[in-house]
Amino acid sequence: MGAHAEEMAEQEPDGIVLTEAQKRSRRQRSIAIALALGVLVVLFFAVTLVKGPAVLNRPL
Amino acid sequence: MSVIDHDAIALSSPRISEAEVGDYFALLKPRVMSLVIFTALVGLAIAPGHFHPVLAFTSLLCIAVGAGASGALNMALEGDIDAKMARTANRPIPRGKVTRAEALAFGLTLAFFSVLTLGILVNWYAGALLAFTIFFYVVIYTMWLKRWTAQNIVIGGAAGALPPVVAWVAATGSLSVEPLLLFLIIFFWTPPHFWALALFRSDDYARAGVPMLPVVAGPDATRLQILLYTIVLVAIALSPWALGYFDAVYGVISLLLGAGMLVLAANVFRRRERAASLRATRKLFAFSILYLFVLFATLLAEVVVRSGAPLISSWFA
Repeated sequence: MGAHAEEMAEQEPDGIVLTEAQKRSRRQRSIAIALALGVLVVLFFAVTLVKGPAVLNRPL
Repeated sequence: MSVIDHDAIALSSPRISEAEVGDYFALLKPRVMSLVIFTALVGLAIAPGHFHPVLAFTSLLCIAVGAGASGALNMALEGDIDAKMARTANRPIPRGKVTRAEALAFGLTLAFFSVLTLGILVNWYAGALLAFTIFFYVVIYTMWLKRWTAQNIVIGGAAGALPPVVAWVAATGSLSVEPLLLFLIIFFWTPPHFWALALFRSDDYARAGVPMLPVVAGPDATRLQILLYTIVLVAIALSPWALGYFDAVYGVISLLLGAGMLVLAANVFRRRERAASLRATRKLFAFSILYLFVLFATLLAEVVVRSGAPLISSWFA
């Protein structure tokens, strides 16, 4: 990094800095969303295996 | 000159959520969800024909998530009421852990995915019925009936009674008398259950401006209505046996439980002194939960025994 960029970085305000509690809860929420998406993927995969080609047959 | 106005950002700094996973889980109303899962399980179990366990699990999961979505949307729309009531003041929105907009987004996302997943993976009749159930609970009950009429929980009770019907439709792709009987049992169970709660929480409801029957018509009229609905409930709860869908074991248990409900409802009707009335109402409220659980557990047990008996006898043949 050049001297000018370093000087700019020092002058920039910190912006929004998350507290430890906010970071922890955000991480928890992110993990929960990831798990939910994982469950959804596994569910679709499992049902595809169970139904086989019939998965494309969706009567109304 | 900077392109970004940092002072403006500092002044209007966004609210950073500290909501934990548990707060979002609480938005799902887990206790209501557990009852929904159980009644839906019975709806699945009594459905005829073979239903693959993976599809059965998928159906239950979607119904549970759909019920949770309804709970989250209900809390998003009733944040003002919840804050005024002791029973609900500790929910995530009144506590300031989750905003109404966050709860709304959460509920809509879950509702969308639960309906879509049930429709794609199981069948679209069930998906559509789940969508209708969520719509009924959120729009018809929460947004319209709850703040407008003392019959709110009577009509709104239909939403709580639909899960076993959704489950049956998921398993069979059609509708029949048996799931409609389950619907009617839960439908007529709802008023005595919630009016018992409303009787000993009437101050709460009055403070929040919710026109529950004890607030609008008074405790005596509510006691009479509880008794009348209990009589209808007990008669309807006998119908799965009377119509020949279930054995005498169910009939006897339904009769015994019904007798218990009637005695407790009659006690609520007779006892008007403050302390005795409060005791009688609390007893009815607690017993009504046990009543529905044991009634549905009996249906489940009968189905398990019925399907298990040929298997066991084949072992000894």
